[in-house]
Amino acid sequence: MKVTVDEVKCCGAGQCVLIAPEVFDQRDDDGIVILLESEPGEDQYSLVREAAAVCPALAIEIAE
Amino acid sequence: MSQHEQVLNYPIPNDAALEPPAEWAELRSKCPVAHVTLPSGDQATLLTRYDDVKEVLADPRFTRQLSAPDAARLSAEGGGVFSSDLAQIIPDGGEEHQHWRRLVSRWFTAKRMNALRPSMAKTAEELIDDMVKRGVPGDLKADLGFPLPVYVICDMLGVPAADRDRFSYWSDTMLNLTRYTQAEIEASQLEFFQYMSGHVAAKRAAPDDDLLSGLIAAGTPEEGGLSDLQIQVTGIALLVAGHETTANMIGKMVAMLLADRSRWERLLADPSLIRTTVEESLRLDANSGFGLPRYLREETEVSGTHLPKGTTVVCSMAAANRDESAFEAADQMDMTRSPNPHLSFGAGAHSCLGQALARTELQVVLEVLLRKLPTLDLAVPVAELERVEGLAVGGLRTLPVRW
Ligand code: HEM
Ligand code: SF4
Repeated sequence: MKVTVDEVKCCGAGQCVLIAPEVFDQRDDDGIVILLESEPGEDQYSLVREAAAVCPALAIEIAE
Repeated sequence: MSQHEQVLNYPIPNDAALEPPAEWAELRSKCPVAHVTLPSGDQATLLTRYDDVKEVLADPRFTRQLSAPDAARLSAEGGGVFSSDLAQIIPDGGEEHQHWRRLVSRWFTAKRMNALRPSMAKTAEELIDDMVKRGVPGDLKADLGFPLPVYVICDMLGVPAADRDRFSYWSDTMLNLTRYTQAEIEASQLEFFQYMSGHVAAKRAAPDDDLLSGLIAAGTPEEGGLSDLQIQVTGIALLVAGHETTANMIGKMVAMLLADRSRWERLLADPSLIRTTVEESLRLDANSGFGLPRYLREETEVSGTHLPKGTTVVCSMAAANRDESAFEAADQMDMTRSPNPHLSFGAGAHSCLGQALARTELQVVLEVLLRKLPTLDLAVPVAELERVEGLAVGGLRTLPVRW
């Protein structure tokens, strides 16, 4: 699985971090997403899929 | 409007406190772009399908500002929060909005919210202890649902929670679409504004480590910060937004879980379901209020229907959240549903800025209630629960509970 995030689209709602904190974080100064793991381990797949599906800005893309 | 065309009144009357009106399913399947009459008598276009609501909320051609002369008025008394002058001061779109949003967002990151958990849990515990001391039946709305989010947001902003009765009145006049006269609304907004100006001035003189002080420290607009006026309005917006919405949602969530007590028991047996249960109650909230109005600045099409420039649309996120084409068994509560891309916090660039806070508060309340009051139950039959009428944000009048 390859994950990419779009910082321009991101609206800093933090949904991804609440769901998959091992893969996503937010910048302290403006809340914009930081990708911690662009190729997360298999144990994270379902959480990452969930985060991508619920991101309100559609800012998370997954290639599998 | 032709006389033959049936025009629905909006909001759609509904007596059941927790169940959706039957019209939603019918509208979604037969009339996804419906003509409705608002309390003001003005016409608007109601959207109830998931895809349509999501698309429109994220489309910048649909603005939040209902100040155009041909925009529908929501109620005869004005539009409450949706058309107040205050709403014009926070940028509505584009780079300016994004700039505002990023300055404020840093205070609402998931990390910060997680750091607030212990103090939220402590406040919740104290509020529950007080409710228990007063004895059965308690009112979970007044005793826990309302005070908790107010304490949390006051603490973040650095304003005294002791003033909460005053905020409650001010925010009620902003969120209530029918109850107050225009004069009452204006007087209340002025007071709220003066109150917040005083606080911002005090923070400027003696900065602390709270959000208002942080916004001041970001400097003038030229230096990348906000104007004093914008800071004041942001403070008001956060107090109002952080107050009624979450407060009402706490009551509605607990009511939904106790209405069928097997849900409560399932959570007692497996508290790891708390997170997905919170999302599912946000999705199924059938009493979420007015929905989101938007004004269309240029013509377009939604679900194959032409919408002329100047149309006012109302997005019903609550109806969209029950769309069978987006959610399997959409009318059923599935406490394990995942993913759950409900629209209760909106979508796109304006989607709720406080959603990490709201989610954290809802999760913490549930955790603490399950732990401290496992025997919690409704003290009245579900049919006796009553809705609050006229508010932009829906809720229950009271939530009588025993334990
Ligand atoms: C369950 C609780 C909540 C619900 C259901 C909720 C819902 C919403 C919705 C639907 C929007 C979108 C408005 C639009 O598109 O016009 C919104 C925006 C917003 N919410 Fe919330 N909200 C909740 C809690 C909070 C809290 C706790 C705060 C912060 C203190 C907050 C602050 C905001 C702000 C500032 C915006 C405007 C964002 C922008 O325009 O960029 N909300 N909320
Ligand atoms: S969920 Fe989406 S919008 Fe929110 S912080 Fe993550 S990437 Fe950004």
